Amino acid sequence: MLDDKDRIFTNVYGYQDWGVDAAVRRGDWDNTKDLLARGPDAIIEEIKASGLRGRGGAGFPTGMKWSFMPKEPQPGRPSLLLINADESEPGSCKDREIIRHDPHKLIEGALVAGFAMRARAAYIYIRGEFIREAETLFAAVQQAYDRGFIGKNACGSGYDFDVFVHRGAGAYICGEETAQIESLEGKKGQPRLKPPFPAGVGLYGCPTTVNNVESIAVTPTILRRSASWFSSIGRENNKGTKLFQISGHVNTPCVVEEAMGIPFRELIEKHAGGIRGGWDNLLAVIPGGSSVPLVPAAQIMDAPMDFDGLKALGSGLGTAAVIVMDKSTDIVRAISRISYFYKHESCGQCTPCREGTGWMWRVMERLRTGEARIDEIDLLEQVTRQVEGHTICALGDAAAWPIQGLIRHFRPEIERRINERNGAPQLQAAE
Amino acid sequence: MSDAAHIPDEAEVRARWGDFKWTEENAEKVKVIIGRYPPGRQQSAVMPLLDLAQRQVGAQTNTQGWLPVPVIEYVAAQLDMPYIRAFEVATFYTMYNLAPVGRYHVQVCGTTPCMLRGSDDVMRACKDRGMKKGETTPDGLFTLNEVECLGTCANAPMVQINDDNYEDLTYETTVAILDALARGETPKPGPQIDRQFAAPFGGPTTLKHMVNNDA
Repeated sequence: MLDDKDRIFTNVYGYQDWGVDAAVRRGDWDNTKDLLARGPDAIIEEIKASGLRGRGGAGFPTGMKWSFMPKEPQPGRPSLLLINADESEPGSCKDREIIRHDPHKLIEGALVAGFAMRARAAYIYIRGEFIREAETLFAAVQQAYDRGFIGKNACGSGYDFDVFVHRGAGAYICGEETAQIESLEGKKGQPRLKPPFPAGVGLYGCPTTVNNVESIAVTPTILRRSASWFSSIGRENNKGTKLFQISGHVNTPCVVEEAMGIPFRELIEKHAGGIRGGWDNLLAVIPGGSSVPLVPAAQIMDAPMDFDGLKALGSGLGTAAVIVMDKSTDIVRAISRISYFYKHESCGQCTPCREGTGWMWRVMERLRTGEARIDEIDLLEQVTRQVEGHTICALGDAAAWPIQGLIRHFRPEIERRINERNGAPQLQAAE
Repeated sequence: MSDAAHIPDEAEVRARWGDFKWTEENAEKVKVIIGRYPPGRQQSAVMPLLDLAQRQVGAQTNTQGWLPVPVIEYVAAQLDMPYIRAFEVATFYTMYNLAPVGRYHVQVCGTTPCMLRGSDDVMRACKDRGMKKGETTPDGLFTLNEVECLGTCANAPMVQINDDNYEDLTYETTVAILDALARGETPKPGPQIDRQFAAPFGGPTTLKHMVNNDA
């Protein structure tokens, strides 16, 4: 288990005040000027060396992403940092805890990361439903301005850097980086075709890097404690600490910061009070938020919870939103509800997704009640393959994968329902 | 489109909202909001301004508020953008109400993490109090909707009522909250069990020294 001294988000449970004075006592804004004095390239190198991979789901190396930004911004096209706080992936609830209890880590991170990529300003796009959280964030940004931490001559560094907060208004798709840019420009949040990538042409046509809240908020601590400290935690290629969000059928759901690669069993036993009804009662786990395929109990129990460990199981770490399901779960309904989510959240731009998500949900509902034919399972699987990879953004993939995971691991359960409904004789297992 | 909002008659809406203007206080806020975006990029302010407008309509009708067409036109004109672009935004995002809602907008999260923890019970509690999905109660007090994941999954199941979240709900605590609201009280938001935000029930398993604020 990770030691408390290695935890970055020390106020994740909000026992202390979120305000600037308490944040400074916790070590935020501690001589930030010195961090900046290392220079942009040294900061990027340190983040690269730390092995930090993006915490928003895709796991792209953060330092490398920053290095794609222009070294010398052109006049009239300032570089911008866009911080993605549109936390909407079912199961995910970590950025919320950072924003409402440790907002100064995020704001300091915005300055440091923004400086490293030579950005003029950061916009923080926070999902609209985080109403109280946004109030805290607005207030924290104002505190940082009042102290001279950001704004003109930020932290006395001679660098001018602004931080703006922008509230969304309810659209999952705005978590996709180009949709978020569209939305921030005052339009419908519909993803853009890439290329051009945001690092070339992003917000207002300016070079833009979009980073997750957690990726940004951990950077000042990494710089203070060194890349070698961060990379001493976790496994090869999966370094550092991570906020895990444990929901569903555990005894004590929670958000907790742990080492990457912690075995699933240890994570649940130590922090979530075990599986409801014991380990024999575990049915399946969605380990990374609704878009990753589920993993059956036997495979996940001792799996390492990190990018590569879960990829090896045909799933993914995603945002480390661990949704646990025990044997009381109607597994077909659980996945069908996710299908409904994607139907609801499809932006309507690409036909395979707009039509496909609704179609897949309707078939899933029939599989849920068993009101279907066996061959429709294969038809559904085929259609998921036609949606996957055929859309501008990854929402189509995200809608397809949970269904593929269900069919891969729970086909007998789906067939049982259909046979039961149709009154077909059940196949008896050989004694 | 069966779940499309029922937008009231246009003539009636124009008569009521045709002369919508910012209150003095909100006019000041509008300046601050537009100032967050670069010159010439004022269209970026359409989302916060629609939100502010909805809140002003809410304050004037003692409800959560909604966006009558003349109000959307007013915001569009202020930002020098075509009405249809503002209307697109208003229809794309779920938090803009395109039809009037009640005093309290009860938004029950029904997505899988909440479903696993008993959002059916929360929904049942609302229905047992006479609410119907997508409708406002005859007394104008409650509008019920099922919404998609609100990002509070470690505190599931949950409901968002206007600006506050109520978390770790059961059938009984949901009823208690709705009863309190109906009596005109303000129930305490956040977890409805003895729990510190997203820490495990029974106390944190990490960072225990923070509990007494002695770090």
